[in-house]
Amino acid sequence: MTLHRAVTTVAAGEPLIVLDSVNKWFGPLHVLQDVSLSVDRGEVVVVIGPSGSGKSTLCRAINRLEPINSGTITFDGKPLPAEGRALARLRSDVGMVFQSFNLFAHKTILQNVTLGPVKVRREKSASARDRAMTLLERVGIASQAEKYPAQLSGGQQQRAAIARALAMQPKAMLFDEPTSALDPEMVGEVLDVMTSLARDGMTMVVVTHEMGFARHAANRVVFMADGQLVEQAPPDEFFGSPKSERAKDFLSKILTH
Amino acid sequence: MSVLVDHFDVFASGLWLTFQLCLLSAIGALILGTVAAVMRISPIPPLRWVGTAYVTVFRNCPLTIVWFFAAFGLPALGSNADFLRIPGLTSVFSRLGVDIPYFRFAIVALSVYTGAFVCEAIRSGINAVPTGQAEAARAIGLTFTQNLRHVVLPQAWKAAIVPLGSVIIAMIKNSALAGFFGLVGELSNSGVNLTSALGEPIIPVFIGVSIGFLIMTVPLGLLLDHLERRRAVAR
Ligand SMILES: Nc1ncnc2c1ncn2[C@@H]1O[C@H](COP(=O)(O)OP(=O)(O)OP(=O)(O)O)[C@@H](O)[C@H]1O
Ligand SMILES: [Mg+2]
Repeated sequence: MTLHRAVTTVAAGEPLIVLDSVNKWFGPLHVLQDVSLSVDRGEVVVVIGPSGSGKSTLCRAINRLEPINSGTITFDGKPLPAEGRALARLRSDVGMVFQSFNLFAHKTILQNVTLGPVKVRREKSASARDRAMTLLERVGIASQAEKYPAQLSGGQQQRAAIARALAMQPKAMLFDEPTSALDPEMVGEVLDVMTSLARDGMTMVVVTHEMGFARHAANRVVFMADGQLVEQAPPDEFFGSPKSERAKDFLSKILTH
Repeated sequence: MSVLVDHFDVFASGLWLTFQLCLLSAIGALILGTVAAVMRISPIPPLRWVGTAYVTVFRNCPLTIVWFFAAFGLPALGSNADFLRIPGLTSVFSRLGVDIPYFRFAIVALSVYTGAFVCEAIRSGINAVPTGQAEAARAIGLTFTQNLRHVVLPQAWKAAIVPLGSVIIAMIKNSALAGFFGLVGELSNSGVNLTSALGEPIIPVFIGVSIGFLIMTVPLGLLLDHLERRRAVAR
């Protein structure tokens, strides 16, 4: 079942997200240093790196939740607009999944998923509802549709958050450590959903520490350290023979556990 | 204490007028305060300045001064606060429509003054909503106003309801000033009349006036306690 735009698979191979010499400071802290990265349509890019290296900031810069200080970011051929309606429209085309789920606490799971389609896309509520139920079925929580987020397990909440993002029929999905806040037994169910999305040709940027996911679902692994893109390569190559000392060091630390 | 029985109608109509004043002023204050709170968090700097200036002025001025400006300043500017003669409302609250403007001035004074406190209560409610909520709303493409309306404010209200209630209770007590600014027949003014014009004993009369205010404030306080307890359970 393919639930997002067929375009993403048809036009695979051309760049959808392009960052060019992006710089970002938090006060004196230079968190993104001359970062250039291009993500093709249908490509799955996994971003890894030590804590504080700027992975979240990179991810959030792509839909301008975090404004940048210099450089350019283009999405689908157009530079990111300034704050306002045009930016809201762009954000609706980029799904985002957060580490802490951020489901709307005062709305049911179903209302969480339909809010965007109804308010942003002006979809009829009946059709938004039908589509939402299909998506909730796809992520395996249709039976929880009428519950509130606090009544669900972490894994269920994160799958609901993925459904909420998919309901906007985004051209790309950003994931910022989607499984880091989950109990270990729930990580798998979320990764399964993400893997099936990747198989369906969704363009994805995924910040994660799940090396298994990176190995089997990613087209490319990007390694970040201290605000810089240190190394990028297909997963086999990156995990098999990392080139930089920083990457070797990082991998030795996480793979020994 | 026979005055309470003999002049029951005076107390009852005073209570009724004070109740109308408080209800309308509370609505006005909630509207003004919400607008000011939205201005204070808006991305547009001039709106933020206006919101901040409003709160700074009216939270820090004594109510009597604000009321003085409403009751004497507005007529000096040629206004009888006729914008409050809202069709429909005037048929329910007849005092709104009469030519003597002191009921309307009282609403202006209480709403504008209380609105500043409402603004701060709502803002504290907004600050209690985790930032991730607004961020997720932005991420699916909601605009600033949609975000407020559908995600942030509904949750902020819940966190603000108890402080808001305290603000409204304070406003009900403040309404006792209305009689000193020309509003004939509200609860405290009725008390003053009973003692000065009819020579009724002061202490029983003002026990009666107090009972009138307690009839409005105590149930509101109990309601707030109840809401607070319910929220504590939900958490
Ligand atoms: N809003 C902010 N204000 C100031 N500094 C910030 C802010 N957000 C992040 N930082 C700092 O910027 C740096 C990069 O943060 P970022 O969250 O992008 O790192 P990360 O790679 O995602 O780390 P983690 O693996 O811990 O999530 C860190 O040093 C962080 O402390
Ligand atoms: Mg992070």
